[in-house]
Amino acid sequence: MNDKQAFNKGTRDGVPIALGYLAVSFSLGIAAKNSGLSAPLASLASLLCLASAGEFAGFTLISAGAGYLEMAVMEFVINVRYLLMSCSLSQKVPEDTSLPKRLLLGMTLTDEIFAISSATPEKLNVYYSYGALAIAAPAWALGTGLGVVMGNILPANVVSALSVALYGMFLAIIIPPARGNRIILVLVIISMLSSLIFTYVPPLSAIEPGFRIILLTVAISGGAAVIAPIGPNDSKRPDRKVSDNYNGA
Amino acid sequence: MEHSIIIYILIMAGVTYLIRVIPLTLIRREIKNPLIRSFLFYVPYVTLAVMTFPAMVTAAASPLAGAFAFIAGVLLAWFGMPLLQVSILSCLTVFILELIL
Repeated sequence: MNDKQAFNKGTRDGVPIALGYLAVSFSLGIAAKNSGLSAPLASLASLLCLASAGEFAGFTLISAGAGYLEMAVMEFVINVRYLLMSCSLSQKVPEDTSLPKRLLLGMTLTDEIFAISSATPEKLNVYYSYGALAIAAPAWALGTGLGVVMGNILPANVVSALSVALYGMFLAIIIPPARGNRIILVLVIISMLSSLIFTYVPPLSAIEPGFRIILLTVAISGGAAVIAPIGPNDSKRPDRKVSDNYNGA
Repeated sequence: MEHSIIIYILIMAGVTYLIRVIPLTLIRREIKNPLIRSFLFYVPYVTLAVMTFPAMVTAAASPLAGAFAFIAGVLLAWFGMPLLQVSILSCLTVFILELIL
């Protein structure tokens, strides 16, 4: 696949991401409005940050008049999972990928684009991620701006339905490899059960969500790496079948 | 001290971007250590699973509808339905169930 084809495929796979982003960023816009941001400023924040939890937290701190350092620390803590994703993605790009290309790839590192980038077979063609970003980022910024301006124009039941869009996409990414690989299947089940426990059982439920994600990711992936290390030449994902599905989508 | 919203936004964006880009630019080589390689290989599956459940169930206004959307999404994905379709059918599950319930 050449770069142009990869880009086009990225924009195509970016469509469900963009749809989900419209819904999520719409509610983000409402939060931004409540923090006193105008539509252009809120859209700018979304375009530059592309981070739902980070922006929600940021807007809250803005309305609280928090200090700049406090803002920086908060953003670090809430977004620290991207450090791990970035490490993981570094093994997915060809070694000779240039610095500018890597700098641009860093902009694509949202949960969702990371998910589809990781799911590509073999090495990642960075233009695939760029393609997804090209459609997802404008949707994210647009949705935020619309949320500020129009607040409650979307009926509540439509917002509710759209709010599961991104999770549905995550399932489409992790379930097929889990079907084909017993270790991944067990890992997915353990991850979900742990997440359930950490969400509801005190005192574990007191752990802030951003930190919960990284804590469980490190613990469970680390345990799996010790118990079931992958083979020396096993650099590609065991999900060839899913990737075929992507091609057909 | 009066804080500027623009500076707030630049701090938010700057910190978020640095976290995303630093490992990608610093780790240029393929890691040979089998333990680290395995760890990084498993990260996407674990982190996405942790983020999806139970959050998907509680994302919908009706947790019951959210639960059905989760089950529908798992089944559709299990039987190989592509990304966009799984996503849209999950949304439709919530929409229809919330009309009925």
